[in-house]
Amino acid sequence: MSEPTTIFKRPASMRDAFTHYCPGCTHGVIHRLIAETLDELGLRERTIGIAPVGCSVLAYNYFYCDFQEAAHGRAPALATGIKRVLPDRIVFTYQGDGDLASIGTAEILHAANRGEKFTTVFVNNAVYGMTGGQMAPTTMPNQVTTTCPRGRDVNLAGWPFPVADVLAQLRTPAYVERVAVHTPRHIINAKRAIKQAFRYQMEGRCYSFIEVLSTCPTNWGKTPAEACKWLDEVMVPYFKLGLKKSPDRPPVE
Amino acid sequence: MQREVTFAGFGGQGIMTAGKLLALAGMAEGKEVAWIPSYGPEMRGGTAYCTVVIADRLIGSPIVNDPENVFVFNRPSLDKFGPRVRPGGVLLINSSLIDVLSERKDIEQTCVPCNDIANALKNGRSINLVGLGAFVARTTMVSLETQRAVLHKEFGKKGKESVLQAATEVFEAGVRAVLEGQGAKTP
Amino acid sequence: MAKKLMKGNEAIGEAAIVAGAQAYFCYPITPQTEVAEYLAKRMPEVGGVFVQAESELAASQMIFGAAAAGARAFTTSSSPGISLMGEAMSYIAAAELPAVFINIIRCGPGLGGILPSQGDYLQATKGGGHGDYRFLVLAPSTVQETVDLTIEAFRLADKYRNPVLLIGDGLIGQMMEPVDFEGRGAPPTLDTSAWATTGCVGREPHIVKTLFLDPNELERRNRKMRDKYEQMKREEVRFEAYLCDDAPELLVAAYGTTARVVRTAIDRLREDGVKVGMFRPISVFPFPDEPVRQLAFQPSVRSVLVVEMSMGQMLEDVERALQGRRPIHFYGRGGGNVPAPEELVRECRRLLGNGQGGRP
Repeated sequence: MSEPTTIFKRPASMRDAFTHYCPGCTHGVIHRLIAETLDELGLRERTIGIAPVGCSVLAYNYFYCDFQEAAHGRAPALATGIKRVLPDRIVFTYQGDGDLASIGTAEILHAANRGEKFTTVFVNNAVYGMTGGQMAPTTMPNQVTTTCPRGRDVNLAGWPFPVADVLAQLRTPAYVERVAVHTPRHIINAKRAIKQAFRYQMEGRCYSFIEVLSTCPTNWGKTPAEACKWLDEVMVPYFKLGLKKSPDRPPVE
Repeated sequence: MQREVTFAGFGGQGIMTAGKLLALAGMAEGKEVAWIPSYGPEMRGGTAYCTVVIADRLIGSPIVNDPENVFVFNRPSLDKFGPRVRPGGVLLINSSLIDVLSERKDIEQTCVPCNDIANALKNGRSINLVGLGAFVARTTMVSLETQRAVLHKEFGKKGKESVLQAATEVFEAGVRAVLEGQGAKTP
Repeated sequence: MAKKLMKGNEAIGEAAIVAGAQAYFCYPITPQTEVAEYLAKRMPEVGGVFVQAESELAASQMIFGAAAAGARAFTTSSSPGISLMGEAMSYIAAAELPAVFINIIRCGPGLGGILPSQGDYLQATKGGGHGDYRFLVLAPSTVQETVDLTIEAFRLADKYRNPVLLIGDGLIGQMMEPVDFEGRGAPPTLDTSAWATTGCVGREPHIVKTLFLDPNELERRNRKMRDKYEQMKREEVRFEAYLCDDAPELLVAAYGTTARVVRTAIDRLREDGVKVGMFRPISVFPFPDEPVRQLAFQPSVRSVLVVEMSMGQMLEDVERALQGRRPIHFYGRGGGNVPAPEELVRECRRLLGNGQGGRP
């Protein structure tokens, strides 16, 4: 019998805490991927995170690093303020779709367009979670929410806002990728992308933006397994996964 | 003792700069000064004006509706500011662009053909300095010597002697226009 | 250093640099854009941060970020822009961070106009953003005083870990007057090591937040902030009394540019032997309650005239302070019109002539 060995443990960049997230929500997975990245790159003591308004407003209760809490949608403005006065620190915003894709569109677009050297992890679960399941800019066509009880009518509410694709159109160099966390294979890929995003920031290369397709079983009215399936069958075909923009690839003139 | 002047004309005539140079001269004489501009859309090619107040005590109201002196550089300014000159005050008129006088009898009026003088010196853009020279000579709101020293300081940048020379030339021409009555008509 | 002839807006920029401001975030709006233009040149020269943001919303939230990271940060704007900053003002006050806001007030409401006004007095002193907080609010009346109070604003922001708002009007921003920076310097650097988010090397993480779901915890914070505001009322009251010690019959209350016009009017009245004095608040929150009472309750003072470039805002503070014990009259101009000395001379004469109490 050999001594037991640890093969899985809590990252040092996470606190020993119970989260308030609902069963089956993938915020926890995404938190962990960021925390592992901070551990592996040795960034925890240099990092300042920014929590949004939304389900992840309490993110600072789970991450074990300095944190600020922003007003709804303004995390990229706070991040700009911090990164400009502390350029050698690592700054990231963690934002949901109501926060980033609705009330905070100006802030995210312009932070990206200025090429601010911080990282954004954008959690897209196609619904306002914390306020109880209202239509988000990313809500899918015909998806039922409390504020589109007959399903999202694209003639009235437009089509889901593809943030990563929009940001990728900017001329300013950036790293933009869309990933998902509904299967182990996707989680491993998401980790790679998040780590790459922080690497670009460490190198001072560019703004980095990772959109993560995430589940909200509670507000979708599905079991966790059904939610993963719905994400795969409904969200992924519209929100196409993959690299959208890279600082290593010059833009096509 | 408090003295005031409003310079008024088109945007681009250098009105604001003339006022600032006068204010600097007031400062150089150890006085309290304030320079109050018109601002906003009026600056964009329309009428522009500024008021300069020079006093030997703290300046109260920055708004002077009845300035002691007014220098108008175009016709709309005569119509707007002519009626406001304080009785007994001086109205200076850029007679190159204004072919009438105010009908008022309770003020003194002096005409200075600023554009003609500046053009004669091949320095058509400096009508403000012609006006400043004429104004200081006419009113001695500051001394001519102080104003000359300010011009030296503001325009006398190293390697730009020609700028100072040109500025001095038009300024002195304005002074002469008043002191020697060259081109000036006083009713 | 000799005096310099400077526009109020440029003087604000230089004063902030003298005060050691490290970061300035802005959005252009008339009549204060020269501050941004000035600092776009100057901040890089002193190693500071200059960012032209996409909106006043963003500019003010950048201050929130920078201030929480321990930097001396500030912004300037004008009325419509300040409304957009109301959000960040509330958050920065809630997070108890030092920051300086400057409002070069233009006439409103709405888009209004670009000419001078004092129509944001209530917004500045009673509100701005949501929630139970106060800004310390200073109101200069000359360009030199604007310089001195700008520097002072940074010191007071640090002292109270509370935002300080300086209110001037378009005239103060646009006019040029001689200013002296001699003997003026940066307030001592604030020790931010106990709370700033700078990376948690060798310490527990710092969290800067404003969400407190436990009512008792939030109420404790409310009370602590209230104590700060009470301390401001004890320690930061500033005012000027002009010609108030020879038994004036009428006391005129005015601040900012309006107070200068009042001063000229009083000088003219005094030439004719009419005894009028002026009370000029320099801090408008805290409002000089006790000083205005002492001045107004002199037996010689028959009534009080409040003059503002608004339809009556500081008036409410004067009424509150005087508790109905003197008749209070009001003279206001709006739309960007600045009252002229002649108007005020007339108004004072009219009030003293009829000698009656109550509103005219």
